[in-house]
Amino acid sequence: MTDWIAAARAAGDVAARHADEVDRQARFPAEAMAALRDAKLLGLLVPKDEGGPGAGIADIVSICHLLGQRCAATAMIYAMHQIQASCLVRHHGGAAWQRAFLKRLASEQLLLASATSEAGVGGDVRSSVCAVEEKDGRFALAKQATVISYGADADGILVTARRTPQSPASDQVIVVVSQKDARFEALQGWDTLGMRGTCSNGFHLKAEGEVGQIMPVPYADISAQTMLPTSHLVWSALWLGIATDAVARARAFVRAEARKKQGATPPGALRLAEATGQLQLMKAGLVSALRQYEAALGSEDALSALPFAIAMNTLKITSSQMVVQIVGQALQVCGLAGYRNDSAFSLGRHLRDAHSAALMVNNDRILANTAQLVTAVRDDSGLLA
Amino acid sequence: MSSVRERVRALLKTTGWLQTDIDTLADDADLYTAGLTSHATVTLMLSLEEAFDVEFPDSLLRRRTFSSVDTIVEALTSIGVDKAAV
Ligand SMILES: Cc1cc2nc3c(=O)[nH]c(=O)nc-3n(C[C@H](O)[C@H](O)[C@H](O)COP(=O)(O)OP(=O)(O)OC[C@H]3O[C@@H](n4cnc5c(N)ncnc54)[C@H](O)[C@@H]3O)c2cc1C
Repeated sequence: MTDWIAAARAAGDVAARHADEVDRQARFPAEAMAALRDAKLLGLLVPKDEGGPGAGIADIVSICHLLGQRCAATAMIYAMHQIQASCLVRHHGGAAWQRAFLKRLASEQLLLASATSEAGVGGDVRSSVCAVEEKDGRFALAKQATVISYGADADGILVTARRTPQSPASDQVIVVVSQKDARFEALQGWDTLGMRGTCSNGFHLKAEGEVGQIMPVPYADISAQTMLPTSHLVWSALWLGIATDAVARARAFVRAEARKKQGATPPGALRLAEATGQLQLMKAGLVSALRQYEAALGSEDALSALPFAIAMNTLKITSSQMVVQIVGQALQVCGLAGYRNDSAFSLGRHLRDAHSAALMVNNDRILANTAQLVTAVRDDSGLLA
Repeated sequence: MSSVRERVRALLKTTGWLQTDIDTLADDADLYTAGLTSHATVTLMLSLEEAFDVEFPDSLLRRRTFSSVDTIVEALTSIGVDKAAV
């Protein structure tokens, strides 16, 4: 176990203590996020050259999986932060402003949020309505951001926008906006079924700053090579965490039953065996996609190849479906004890959190995108290639 | 007889993939900046396969292949399309 994993476990203990309250009150998991910040886990991806420890995606995936078992909202915030961090780390293109910001990410353990969704385009993150306006080395930007998770608590926000007011909707850039240069006007609140602690309020966001804050690489490349694969990996990891904890609760329930009726296997054990198998499949899918991503890293061609995009899309679709299925199986095992909100076997929060997975970039949208890609590919790689 | 380049340009002109008129764009102009989306790239590829009776191998199925008239012509040439005329 690395020091990072040990630190993440400790932060996970803090997250677990507050998870029910965070969920009930739909409040920011401040205690858990402070623990992650204090343990310097926010700047984990920052390379050594920029003053960070230079951890890799596998470390982040492992931490998301751990946190997901304790408090899914905390895990989701951590995951979304690291998606933004990986975009900066991999695509700063040597630009001075971006590198300085990365240094701050490591030294100050900044928390980063994302504003891709926008009124008018919904979940179509590859289209923007708003545009960057440049003048005399400065930029201005205004976005009707329908959902910015923990927007009020973030230090920086990566905002997508059209490159210029004349650019087509798909010609986008990412602008790194500091909280202090931005004005937030509340658009809508976040009273949802699950993932309540992410505080994903809507804002009318207005920002200004230096032109250097615009990332030099087109968003299309950042999206395909980094944002999309890392999102699907870290999300799947925390969804696996939710499923893992649900199965753990089911197992504890079955074990308690077995103790009471010594000699007989409790009926729930059958469903538990079934859920354990599903969990194994879900884990295998994640680990294999993670290995695929690690193998593609370093090659722009491999990262922008269609079979790679298909694999990463498919990971998201299957994990988001399996988490709901597995929590449902665990609920079947625990019965009313799982259905109750006041029992040690309660699975209500797990189920509600799990249902966000298919909507967080709608599965039908991802499937429609994949449907186009599968028409184009032809060679199937070998079994162990 | 028209050149591969002219036929690629003609194809790009007839469809709604771009938001800028292809005639105003240079051979090396970025088609993504001109409005080509990732989704449209796939249909563009299928149309090119149909028009030139070729198949793009997986190794060419990436964003860069379709980023300009030049790169498309280069890709077609690399899979056996005669550059001068068809
Ligand atoms: C917990 C959570 C946190 C989030 N945090 C953030 C954040 O920090 N920043 C951010 O920018 N966004 C965030 N989002 C938003 C998310 O990324 C999506 O943009 C959002 O979930 C999509 O919202 P929608 O369902 O209203 O829109 P859409 O995806 O547009 O879906 C609307 C409807 O369109 C239908 N549809 C399906 N396929 C298609 C298609 N191909 N074309 C058109 N319509 C289709 C769907 O069935 C659906 O009913 C978050 C979402 C969740 C759940």
